Amino acid sequence: MILVLVEHTAGRPERTSLEALTVARGLAAATAGTAIEAVLIGPGAGDAAGWLAPQGVATAHVVEHPELTDYAPAAWATALAEVMATRRPSAVIAAGTDRGNEVLAYVGARTGLPLATNCLAVAPGSTGNGLSLRRQRWAGSLIEHAELAAATALLTIAPHAVAEEHADEPGAPSVASVTPTLASSDLASRVVGRIEPDAGTVSLSDARVVVGGGRGVGSAEGFAELEELAGLLGGAVGVSRVVTSAGWRPHAEQVGQTGLRIAPDLYIACGISGAIQHIVGCQAAKAILAINKDPEAPIMQRARYAVIGDLHQVVPAISAEVRRVSGG
Amino acid sequence: MEILVCVKRVPATGGQINLTADEQDIDTRFLGFTVSPHEECAVEEAVRLVEAHGGSVTVMTLGPAEAEEQLREAMAIGAGKAVLLDSGGRDWDPLATAAALTAAIRGREAADGPFDLILFGNESADSGGFQVGIRIAVALDRPCVIGVKALEVADGNVRAQRDAAAAREVYELPLPAVVAVKEGINLPRYPSVPGRLRAKRAPLDVLTPDDVTGGPTKVRLEVPVRVATTAEVLGEGPAAAPRVVEVLQQLGLVSS
Ligand SMILES: Cc1cc2nc3c(=O)[nH]c(=O)nc-3n(C[C@H](O)[C@H](O)[C@H](O)COP(=O)(O)OP(=O)(O)OC[C@H]3O[C@@H](n4cnc5c(N)ncnc54)[C@H](O)[C@@H]3O)c2cc1C
Ligand SMILES: Nc1ncnc2c1ncn2[C@@H]1O[C@H](COP(=O)(O)O)[C@@H](O)[C@H]1O
Repeated sequence: MILVLVEHTAGRPERTSLEALTVARGLAAATAGTAIEAVLIGPGAGDAAGWLAPQGVATAHVVEHPELTDYAPAAWATALAEVMATRRPSAVIAAGTDRGNEVLAYVGARTGLPLATNCLAVAPGSTGNGLSLRRQRWAGSLIEHAELAAATALLTIAPHAVAEEHADEPGAPSVASVTPTLASSDLASRVVGRIEPDAGTVSLSDARVVVGGGRGVGSAEGFAELEELAGLLGGAVGVSRVVTSAGWRPHAEQVGQTGLRIAPDLYIACGISGAIQHIVGCQAAKAILAINKDPEAPIMQRARYAVIGDLHQVVPAISAEVRRVSGG
Repeated sequence: MEILVCVKRVPATGGQINLTADEQDIDTRFLGFTVSPHEECAVEEAVRLVEAHGGSVTVMTLGPAEAEEQLREAMAIGAGKAVLLDSGGRDWDPLATAAALTAAIRGREAADGPFDLILFGNESADSGGFQVGIRIAVALDRPCVIGVKALEVADGNVRAQRDAAAAREVYELPLPAVVAVKEGINLPRYPSVPGRLRAKRAPLDVLTPDDVTGGPTKVRLEVPVRVATTAEVLGEGPAAAPRVVEVLQQLGLVSS
């Protein structure tokens, strides 16, 4: 049996968890007779279980507890470990999200089991014992082929590594309700409040166009030109790490391995060389336009379009042209 | 406050990654080394807390002898003590890494008293296991919060903020605690010249830990194939603007 931790918001499973279920079914199919069971935790878990019919889940373990009104990683791990103790899965799989990675790390720590995070693919090992897997290193700039031999394999699946699919044979899962026994230490770390984000500004993660600025912008003031273009295109400004380290712009705008992953229709990279740690943050863009004075910059190998030149001349000229054609 | 920060030496790769011929490692012959930006911020956060509350910062790494360089960089911005666990140059798996660090922390605490706070990066830059900090927190039976973008210490508690899809989450845990931070929590300072000189001469403890491999086991590395595109050059300098706007129109981003 393979157990999958299904995260959910407002009673609906997260897409990343459905991707994890897709990988779980693939692994189950490789060993005949392996069933898939799911664990869902906290308010709305029962409703979310109702969405699992197309997922080929045999049993949904719905975890409820008066203390589990909000996220508490160690308590989630305790709940998962209780289900593991009675159901003895060969693998436990979660999405490679903040929570999925965190909860499985607790399970690994408590059981002494190894954990392979952010896997791209998982299959039975060639030697018959254990699993063969591929996982992300360097946020996906590098792939590690690894083997995992353990009584129970703990795995998380890199978000969007596979497309979510439905099972060949859907069926309504039976629901088993679980009330875990929680210790006070399970609740020592938990969400005790929330701070709502400021409303109004175009969010970088949702923008259709992102105007990116790197070291080539040269100063905090230099960003006025990029903001103007972003404003004209209804987009947002994103930056490289050099820019945030220099204090020119806030870290919330950083794109890359230790910043945001964005997927706009167009990413206009101005004065950005294209280091791999930046590219992993913007490679999901439908197209990249690079504006750089160096025609040999690595970003050119990722870009669909390029303008060679000084961004301080090119960007204002583009803004002026946008104004002209839109009659503004 | 006594604070420990764990950092990991990694190559500073640039525009592309090249592998060694046996595909076991990154070819680092022409590369410098660094630590994850998350860990740089962890060191800065520790130094700020000690500046505000008193105490001292210890940095610890499991790595090759050359990782002394990363420990001294942390000392240059204000860490007072450093411990190097010699990995023999091998890449230790997360279980082995956590076990070695836990044993060294226990040894240190037995001698000098407990750390109020142990800081980690949210994930290591290279292997990105998202687990070493949590494994150590569980082994030491201390509460832990990860992904932290803001941290306050008051009255024996830490108050931490973490980004989530809808809103920032707030956590509150009693000390001693384990916290994994993300870049953006602060803007690390540049080391001062006196800081660098002090760091150069500061003593450094070197220990040889036990390797208790637990997996997963690396078989080989692979650089993902990315189709290199040949960018269509729309022009040079400001004269390219009309052509750029045509493309923006084709993409439906500017009305025609
Ligand atoms: C573990 C780790 C994580 C990292 N995470 C991130 C991350 O999340 N995000 C990130 O961005 N980086 C990250 N980095 C840093 C990354 O490796 C690079 O150092 C950084 O992306 C480089 O930023 P840049 O392109 O702005 O600067 P540079 O590499 O210095 O490039 C500047 C470019 O601007 C061009 N230029 C200069 N002047 C002009 C001008 N007037 N007009 C036009 N072009 C001009 C130059 O030709 C050059 O191509 C990380 C590094 C590590 C080790
Ligand atoms: N070899 C190491 N030496 C010291 N600290 C480490 C080491 N490996 C990981 N860490 C710490 O644990 C954090 C999480 O690592 P990981 O679980 O590999 O993603 C890192 O950001 C470091 O703070």
